[in-house]
Amino acid sequence: MSKEFIKGNEAMAEAAVRGGCRFFAGYPITPQNDIPEYLSKRLFEVGGTFIQGESEIASINMVYGVAATGVRSMTSSSSPGLALKSEGISFIAGSRIPAVIINVARGGPALGTIQGAQQDYFASAKAIAPGGFRCFVVSPSTVQEAADLVYEAFEIADKYRTPVYVLTDGVIGNMMEIVELPPMRDPEEMLSSDAWRITKYNDDSSARQFSTYRPTGEMLTVDNIAMAELYEEWQEKEQRWEAFMMEDAEVVLTAYGSAGRIAKSAVKELRAQGIKAGLIRPITLFPFPNKAYENINYDKIDKIFVVEMSIPPQFVYDVELATKSQLDYININTSGGVIVETESIVDKVKESM
Amino acid sequence: MPKIEVNKEFCKSCGLCTVQCPKKIIKIGSEVNSKGYNIAEQTDESQCTGCKLCAIVCPDTAITVYK
Amino acid sequence: MEKIYERPSFTSPAIGMGFCPGCSHSTAHKLMAQALDKYGLRDKAVLIYPVGCGGLGKDWVRLNNIVALHGRAAAVGTAIKKCNPENIVISYQGDGDLAAIGMAETMHAANRGENLTVIFINNTNFGMTGGQMAPTTLLGQRTTTSPDGRDIERHGAPFKMAELIAELDAPKFVGRFALHDAKNVIKAQAAIDKAIRMQVEGKGYSFVELISLCPTNWKLNPVDSAKRVEKEILKEYPLGIFKDFE
Ligand code: SF4
Ligand code: SF4
Repeated sequence: MSKEFIKGNEAMAEAAVRGGCRFFAGYPITPQNDIPEYLSKRLFEVGGTFIQGESEIASINMVYGVAATGVRSMTSSSSPGLALKSEGISFIAGSRIPAVIINVARGGPALGTIQGAQQDYFASAKAIAPGGFRCFVVSPSTVQEAADLVYEAFEIADKYRTPVYVLTDGVIGNMMEIVELPPMRDPEEMLSSDAWRITKYNDDSSARQFSTYRPTGEMLTVDNIAMAELYEEWQEKEQRWEAFMMEDAEVVLTAYGSAGRIAKSAVKELRAQGIKAGLIRPITLFPFPNKAYENINYDKIDKIFVVEMSIPPQFVYDVELATKSQLDYININTSGGVIVETESIVDKVKESM
Repeated sequence: MPKIEVNKEFCKSCGLCTVQCPKKIIKIGSEVNSKGYNIAEQTDESQCTGCKLCAIVCPDTAITVYK
Repeated sequence: MEKIYERPSFTSPAIGMGFCPGCSHSTAHKLMAQALDKYGLRDKAVLIYPVGCGGLGKDWVRLNNIVALHGRAAAVGTAIKKCNPENIVISYQGDGDLAAIGMAETMHAANRGENLTVIFINNTNFGMTGGQMAPTTLLGQRTTTSPDGRDIERHGAPFKMAELIAELDAPKFVGRFALHDAKNVIKAQAAIDKAIRMQVEGKGYSFVELISLCPTNWKLNPVDSAKRVEKEILKEYPLGIFKDFE
């Protein structure tokens, strides 16, 4: 274990290497550039490969190809770049290939702004691309959590043979914090890809293949049922969240990612002012942690403050579903590109009490 | 004596072998395979030189050549 | 009696290739398989398939394969080869895939000089989608999206991919061959053999363009399609080796 004062993007890059990542392809876009810059040197030190792709599209396709050979692979980008990668992600999901994708999001739509933002909630947790598939989506609130989630993302990806999508933004990506970096993973511990990787030849008459085209609806149905079952399994086993000071909370806030961290400061400030506030902070955005919201005391609580750096709001719809529309939903929003402030959250909560 | 053998199921009746054969001893026959294609056949085995050109041009590798 | 020409072992003995009668995709597959058999590389091969008719080959070959996103085979191949240098990576692409939507990936993989074998099926149209105009469609050629014939003012001139790629510094073997008669198939076979051998020897990027028949979309029978290649297409697309490092 080593402690380092390190930038979010670099912490994620180093955690990826320690988690077994041996291939990265990416294309320059702010605010994620530290990730490819870091890996362009680091990966070669551990016998891995780095490619600066000629485009976002080429990069995700490189990941698709290499991941299909059983090499732990990753790409990163920022919002508009993710749009370009989306078809590739759908192939990775449709082919059941493990890979890790980091979105250090920026404000949108379109070119938008490079500052911290949460305008990509739907585009990450709901519909990365046409076809109805999902990624396993996680969103960190601190640099430590970002490193830990990226490290674990490779395990989740291998276990479920799925793309894992890390949704973060420039707030976390560019922040420096003291982080305890995870240990270098021993390749022996990693799940073997021998059963499916494209570079291993079956000695019998059946070749190995990755292809997502299905000539008939019946064939596609089989795949899609398996996909739906996978997502149900995640819902059952993999929901993750942080419940902060929720035991005796009379005022409930909810937020994820960088807004989650700011909402946590607001909860502390409210407590200091004698208001019993608590926070539900989803860590997995898909599967959405519905269970976290089941624990709310609906006899006493009649509203929830939903903090999000997105206008129009997006995350609130999942909160409403998870709480079965039993509450008043008070949105505390800033547009992507404008960091929500602790004081404005505190003020809004006090105003609405 | 050289000769060819046409795999009846692989032949798609494209005719490329018939124009390729220098001896003009392949024609599309009347026999039809399970996919509905008329199968190519060698009309005069005695003239076959075993030059393989028919097999080489055949897209579907339906032709085996013997010598 | 000795067998002097037989089927390579690339498809199951029970099924043939499902391409249209006379389609050169079948011929090209045969040549790839013969080259891999010749060098004993079947177990090392990874075929990158395109989106388009060529990709249908996946159902009939007994070679490991992955279907790339439309146009991206060269990127997929680049990365697979870099991380798995012991495998033989063949990027098999049609003209819509390689020269239209995938132009960037094609040119960049060539320019990086990846140790890949690219086999490019040029049949002057988008076959699978029903014969639309491709970057390779000849001037004057009628397609479903150039009903009055390709016009240089409206559509630009056909892309000559082999010549374009031969202009780059990195590629090591670049040529254009044809599959419409036995004489040309023999030359194409030699080129594919060489391209694969060069990859085995680590010599770098090779690009084999194959002028191909598409009787279905040309609305000609296979024999007349072969005549069209000789009479029309080879005038626009001269055959030959444009670059040979060896
Ligand atoms: S081997 Fe030569 S001569 Fe014999 S049938 Fe074929 S093309 Fe004709
Ligand atoms: S070339 Fe092959 S497929 Fe075509 S007619 Fe001859 S044997 Fe049949």
